This record gives sequence, C-alpha cells and structure tokens, in this order.
Amino acid sequence: MPHPAEIRIVSRRFGNPEARTLAGYLADEGYQGLEKALAMTPEQIVEEMKASGLRGRGGAGFPTGMKWSFVPKQSARPKYILCNADESEPGTCKDRLVMEWDPFSIIEGMTIAARAIGSRQGYIFIRGEYRYLFAIVDRALEEAYAAGYLGKNIRGSGMDFFLYTHSGAGAYECGEESALMESLEGKRGLPRLKPPFPAIVGLYGGPTVINNVETLATVPHILRGGGAWYAAYGPPKNGGTRLFCLSGHINQPGVYELPLGFPLERMLQEVGGGILEGKPLKAIVPGGSSTPILTAAETAGLNMDYDSVARLGTFLGSGGVVVLARDTCMVKFALRIIRFYRHESCGWCVPCREGTHWLAQAIGRFHAGQGRPADIKLFEDVASNILGRTFCPLGDAAAMPILAIVRKFRAEFEAHAATAACPAPAALEPQSA
Amino acid sequence: MQPGPNLDMLSPALRARFDAMIAHYPVKRSALVPMLLYAQDELGHLTPEVIRGIAARLELDELAVREVIGYYSMLRLHPAGRYHVQVCTNISCQLRGADRIWDHCRARLQLENHQTTPDGVFSLEEVECIGACSWAPAMQVNYDFHQQLTPEKVDQILDGYRRKGASGD
Repeated sequence: MPHPAEIRIVSRRFGNPEARTLAGYLADEGYQGLEKALAMTPEQIVEEMKASGLRGRGGAGFPTGMKWSFVPKQSARPKYILCNADESEPGTCKDRLVMEWDPFSIIEGMTIAARAIGSRQGYIFIRGEYRYLFAIVDRALEEAYAAGYLGKNIRGSGMDFFLYTHSGAGAYECGEESALMESLEGKRGLPRLKPPFPAIVGLYGGPTVINNVETLATVPHILRGGGAWYAAYGPPKNGGTRLFCLSGHINQPGVYELPLGFPLERMLQEVGGGILEGKPLKAIVPGGSSTPILTAAETAGLNMDYDSVARLGTFLGSGGVVVLARDTCMVKFALRIIRFYRHESCGWCVPCREGTHWLAQAIGRFHAGQGRPADIKLFEDVASNILGRTFCPLGDAAAMPILAIVRKFRAEFEAHAATAACPAPAALEPQSA
Repeated sequence: MQPGPNLDMLSPALRARFDAMIAHYPVKRSALVPMLLYAQDELGHLTPEVIRGIAARLELDELAVREVIGYYSMLRLHPAGRYHVQVCTNISCQLRGADRIWDHCRARLQLENHQTTPDGVFSLEEVECIGACSWAPAMQVNYDFHQQLTPEKVDQILDGYRRKGASGD
C-alpha cells in the first residue's frame, strides 16, 4: 500500500498487473504523452522537458532536457536511444519495480525521446541478474510492435522506431554510460575517455541519448501533464517527484515516490516508520553507496533534493537512502563499501585498480584488530590519490565514501585501532523479521 | 571431414533466438554478451566447444570471446551447482544481518565461497548488490530472488531446492 505522503506519478501503476498489458496501459492514460509529442516539433518536446526540471534519476542528476538538446540535428551516423537498466548501485532497487509494473511507460518514454532527437533505434540494457524482467519487458515490446506503437510508421505518424532489450552479464561498471555502450558493442565494459560525450559520439559512434529507467518512465507523464505541472512538485531546478529506496536500519524499508525537497526527518520517521528498535540515528547514505555519508547532526533540517544535498558536499545520487542506527561499526561499513569497489573496478585505470585493492586490504586488516593509528592517514592518502585520476566516475565513487567515513568518524577509527576486537556492540545487525 | 565449430550443442529454440537477436544490431558482435549468458544457462557453463561455436557464429577470434568472458562476473568456464546460491552481503543487506545469512548458508551447505557440493546440487557464492536493498537481506538461487531472509527461511528455501533436485525437476 502506498504511504499517504507519497505522490505517485512514475509509480502510479505499481501494483496493477493490468497495466502490463497494452489495453490496461491505454486504459490508464497510457500513450497520451506520445500522442501529444507526435503533434509537436522536436524542439518543442525538448523545451517541455527543460521546463519540467527533470534531472537524471540514475545518479548524476543531469538535466534531461539539456542532455537531449546536445544531440546534433544532422548526423551522418544513426542516432540511438539507450535505457540504462543496469541498476547496480548498492542501496538502489527502484528501476526493477518500474520495469516490473510499468514496462510501457519506458517504451513510451523512449519513443518520445527518439522523436525529440530523431532516432529510429534503441536498446534497453538490463542487468543480467534481473532475468525475470525480460519476460515482462519483451512481452510489452511485442504488444507495442503488434499494435503499431513500435516499428515502421508509428500510429501513422511517419516516424519509425525499433526497440529491443539487451542483457548484461554482471558488471557494476556497465552502469557507467560509456562502459555500457562498450558492453552493448560486445566488448569488455571499459569506460571511454570523455569528451566526446555520448550525445556527440556514442553507441557505434553515433549520437546517443542514454537515460535511466525512472527518468525515461517519467517522460510520458511530463508530456501528458506539461513541464510546468511536473516541475511544481519540487523546488526550483529540482522538478517533480522521485523514487526513494529506503533500506538499512529502518522499520519500514521500501520504495516510496516522494516530491523532491521532501524533509529527510519525515522520510525516516513518518514514511519509514522510524529507526529500527527505536535507536538513535547515526548516519545516512543519501543516494547509493558512492555518495558521501552524512552524520545524523548534518542531516538536521535536510530536504531531499539535488541542490540541498549537494550543499552538504554529497549527492542525491540514485535515490538509495541507506539508514544507519547507533551501534553500527563504521570501519566495518567502510570495509564492505571498499570491498565492493575493489571487486567492480575494471582495472583500466591504475589509481582505481591499485587504490581500491590496497584500501580493501588495509581496512580489512584494520577491522580485524591489526590497525595502527597511522593507518587512518594512509586511508585518506590512498583515497585522495584515486579521486579525479580515473577515466570514469568509479574511482571517485570508491574514494568519496571512504574519505567521508574516515573524516567524519575518525574518533571511531582511533578507538578501533586501540583495541584488538571491533568495539561496536555485537548485536549491531538486527533481525529483519 | 571434421565439422567446423558450430552451436549444435544448443537447443534449436536457442539457436533460432540467437538468429533473431543478431538481427537486432547493426554489428553482429553486439549479441556476444547475451549469447554467452543464454548459452551458459543451457549448458551450465561455457565449454570450449560453445565458445568456439559462438566465435564462429559472430566471426570473432576465440581469444576475443574469451577476453569478454573474463570480464563479466556471471559468466563462468567451470560448472556450478544445479542451484547456484548467491548471497548478497553488500551494505543494505549487511545492515540487516547478511553476515549471519552468509555464515548460515556456509554451515548448512558445508561450502565455502565458489565451491560446489560433491553431488553437484548446490554451489555457493557471495555476491555484490542484487537490487533487493529494501527487502534485505536477500539472495538469488539461479535467477530467483529470495528476500527478507532469516536463517529459518533460508533452511526452508534450501530444503525446497534439495527436494526439487532429488525429484529431478
């Protein structure tokens, strides 16, 4: 059941299995956005998107309309639309629900995007672990082709658009846009040096728009209701609503659609039902594992929109809000984060490949009780030397959370170095059931 | 005459699917990663024969295919168990007791990470985030998600697979 504080736009069809069929989708205002878009010029569509204030829901938060506007009108090579459904940022589990409950919204959003940039082909790149979603999305694609919503001369408009699903096979790095394109070309998912950006040189060297699942699924609603209508839900430059994934030490973890700028305090207490076992809040990770952590004190009065979170030196990211209660060992938490990035580093850039390896080794040793006070400075040095020195953002994604945890919880690291065993209480991982 | 590399070890349905997939891309090679994964689903792992067959089908060097296999964590060159148990221990799961679930699976299956039971029924792997953060702790057995786990629930799930394995389903 939706929480009363939710405003359900991109999640409006969640829980309604009828909406997975074309008939059910059409009966619930489906394809009204495309209908409008087909009567508009590409420039008008991009303007509507800009007016909506929609920013990318994958992690970087780049304004969607602006991204589309970078694609050149004329191109010798074909242009492509890609849906990034490689959801892999720890703490994030929302795109899965969009694909599961509302596959047509993604198809419609991509068709509108194709109309806006003049593309006739696209792919939905879904992480390999999400196999169960292929049956749902492929069935929706089949229905869309059969009814003339995909293929040649869509609904008599003269527009052609061909769309297919594509499976990944396990690699966080492929969520990075240029690595995703390499992977889609049948290669190792190594990132490309930017610029040129995908809007100019993307898939197969053609101009490419790549957006997150939730971003694309929001597009039809914006076209249907108008950019100004959507923007009004959030503060200026932070238009609309988004899916927040609440996880960790919270009584009612779940995926909730809330307006941008929603107060964190209300998100945790009212929507999330409070901190597990009534413990005090220690910290939150605001937008997936790569976003620097915020202490409970820092979060006082925080509103959850891109700009408010950025003012605290971190990011709204992918919408994965991870809640940590008192008694959580921050050394252990940092260790799990860096072990993840060590595993996922593609090895292309030396600072990331070596830095994540040595950090994982050293923090592991530290947590196991063989730490020295001097190690704390070492963690900072190694992490700082990854920052900004890699092709893609994975290096930063590994370094930023470690730097934030070490700097904000230094006393805890010092206490850890002074004892052989982890000083956190044993029962720091509560029962889930 | 020796037959050249082919995909005869795969079902006709999958070979037909490959033909359709390849037609979705302007460059044949684009179908490589999903072809490898779907072939593995049928065969259990990527055998030298299927690697050569896929390379030939896409007109690639075998080495280029092997290089790609080495990159993706889901692709494997050796058999796993019939039920591949993948326990997420990443942050959202960790905060909800994933370490306990992981230890429980190890003890219950008598396996360490990346090992397979002697009867070939189960294999165990500690995996990174599977996108079940709000329903943590979670694991996947093959492609099936199991969420909001407790040790008791894990026992029921594993028993269910064991029965399924014994009945040959």
